[in-house]
Amino acid sequence: MAEMLAEGKSPDILFWVGCSGSFDDRAKKITKAIAKILHHCEVSFAILGNEESCSGDPAKRAGNEFTFQMQAMMNIQVLEGYEVKRIVTGCPHCFNTLKNEYPELGGNYEVLHHTQLIQDLINTGKLAIKGGEIFKGKKITFHDPCYLGRANNVYEAPRELITKLDAELVEMKRCKTNGLCCGAGGAQMFKEAEKGDKEINIERTEDALETSPNIIATGCPFCNTMMTDGVKNKEKEDSIQVMDVAELIANAMEL
Amino acid sequence: MISSIVFILIATGALGFFGWQVSKIRSNIFLGREIDRTDQAGKRWKTMILVAFGQKKMFTRPIPALLHLCIYSAFIITQIELIEIFIDGATGSHRIFRPSLGGFYTFMISFIEVLSFLALIATVIFLLRRNVLKLKRLNMDEMKGWPKFDANLILFMEIVLVTCIFTMNGADEVLYQRGLSHAENLGDGSFNFLLSTFFAENIFSGFSTESLIALERIGWWGHIAMVFGFLNYLPFSKHLHIVLAFPNTYYSNLEAKGRFTNMESVTAEVKLMMDPNADPYAAPAEPVGEPQRFGAKDVADLSWKSLLDAYTCTECGRCTSVCPANQTGKLLSPRKIMMDTRDRLEEVGDAKRKNGKDFEDGKSLINDYITPEEIWACTSCNACVQECPVNIDPLSIIMELRRYQVMEESKVPTELAGMLTNIDNNGAPWQFSQNDRANWKDEQ
Repeated sequence: MAEMLAEGKSPDILFWVGCSGSFDDRAKKITKAIAKILHHCEVSFAILGNEESCSGDPAKRAGNEFTFQMQAMMNIQVLEGYEVKRIVTGCPHCFNTLKNEYPELGGNYEVLHHTQLIQDLINTGKLAIKGGEIFKGKKITFHDPCYLGRANNVYEAPRELITKLDAELVEMKRCKTNGLCCGAGGAQMFKEAEKGDKEINIERTEDALETSPNIIATGCPFCNTMMTDGVKNKEKEDSIQVMDVAELIANAMEL
Repeated sequence: MISSIVFILIATGALGFFGWQVSKIRSNIFLGREIDRTDQAGKRWKTMILVAFGQKKMFTRPIPALLHLCIYSAFIITQIELIEIFIDGATGSHRIFRPSLGGFYTFMISFIEVLSFLALIATVIFLLRRNVLKLKRLNMDEMKGWPKFDANLILFMEIVLVTCIFTMNGADEVLYQRGLSHAENLGDGSFNFLLSTFFAENIFSGFSTESLIALERIGWWGHIAMVFGFLNYLPFSKHLHIVLAFPNTYYSNLEAKGRFTNMESVTAEVKLMMDPNADPYAAPAEPVGEPQRFGAKDVADLSWKSLLDAYTCTECGRCTSVCPANQTGKLLSPRKIMMDTRDRLEEVGDAKRKNGKDFEDGKSLINDYITPEEIWACTSCNACVQECPVNIDPLSIIMELRRYQVMEESKVPTELAGMLTNIDNNGAPWQFSQNDRANWKDEQ
């Protein structure tokens, strides 16, 4: 962002990468897939780089409102400094926080989840999905991230992208409003689960396995981690891939 | 004449006692904190009509929804018949509307009879689901004891109520056929009510006139006694949802479910910390109003809407049945959160009325009712909020309790304390340098 500003350019949209997308090795691949799609469509975008900081979502959900609002206010200062108007996030948690919780603190932006932006690129003719043969005959099931689905009622954008591929979209018995959480929300990603008789991600992976999919697709780096662990636990990692919708699109286009 | 006086006395007493209980509940709810839910009236009416009146969210589970609809519609439509019962009771008339309404009267009573019969069948099935099939969500730990008794008692009262209606109408029909009913004789030989004509022929026609007169009166008084009894049982029962479902859906949260409240007191502090012109040695500003606790330790720290939620909950357990934590054996049950909040609120309200409004009993919602283990099992996935047929929000209570634990008591699960320190230090929940944020760009 700073570089673009130095060159006197102002990007159309800011790509909010998020902490997972910046630091988690698996999630970085999702980040790259999103960036490749944006480049391919010649979207003028920028990242904040080392000026980006945690959105504050896990702090807020862990009950620490101070840490959350400190993060939020600092981020808003940076975003205001660059006069950001539109943001695309690679993570539903950042998406929810920026979209719903920042406005009251003075940060008003049009915030999109990456599946929404990609759908928008297709609808406006900037992205045409060619290829896709690599998914021919494959079964893909979509796991709804809670903070995209129930929290913000985005159920269709990721599904429409999957149906654009030459693959079969199969729904789990619990999907959309009834979708089961992967177990990572509400700051659970950063702690061991409370005592119980099962891990939530195993329960959810079993839902997914019932559809006998080739690919479990999702739209959240946390869900990705949880489902990947679940698939490994079931020793199915050789036959089932866990992938972000952005990666599916990037792979189909051989980007 | 005497019966009219008795009726008026009972009715006044019943309505008065109900009013008194309602005023207690109202004052309990207003122990909660302020929250503005008066905006967007149009959208609020729409939500209430769809969700409460139209039962929209019930229909995600069609079988209980249909059974519930039978009882619900019988209940709503029967209110019309109650008008006549009240007038008859107070003036000593009998079926006062029949001569003037004619065929429409026959239709209405027949309609009520059909709905009542369907309600009776539904009630029996509900009892079977609870006690014989032992549906899991209706028989979990928090349902043992009083809640189970409460649920069964209501269903039992319902059976008595419907039985009274059919006894009243059936016996009256035979009396009318014999020209002995107190209802005005229109010379038509029968009331022609759809179901009670059948019951009259097959059950009541063999009875003596004296027995029938007694039975008709037992049915009539039994019916009205159940109505008043039920009305006054409501404030003590989970069944209060039949009233509160309406205001509770009206005052629903209309924002995106993912949006959690921003604490205003914190905003003021953070703004001051970030203001470069703030004088670090300035005397602190005079606090406006009473200082508030961060988050919720007890029921009075919750919003009044959360407290209304607690009174509205009818303990159906849909929330708990979809909770990911509960399904995987964790201690958390959103239904128990609501039940605990109501129980504690009743306790606090009663104690304050008895000992003055500043009375503290040394107990609190967190620890004495809800344990930290329960609230830390929540993934904030909103499944409970989505599922509730009357738009109750257990998640906001869980979040307020977490805020109190973290910000007032510094009781943070160890791993989360590490995560929070990382965010404070390096702007990410993990220990990575902020300078490495864009490294992905150049990695292969």
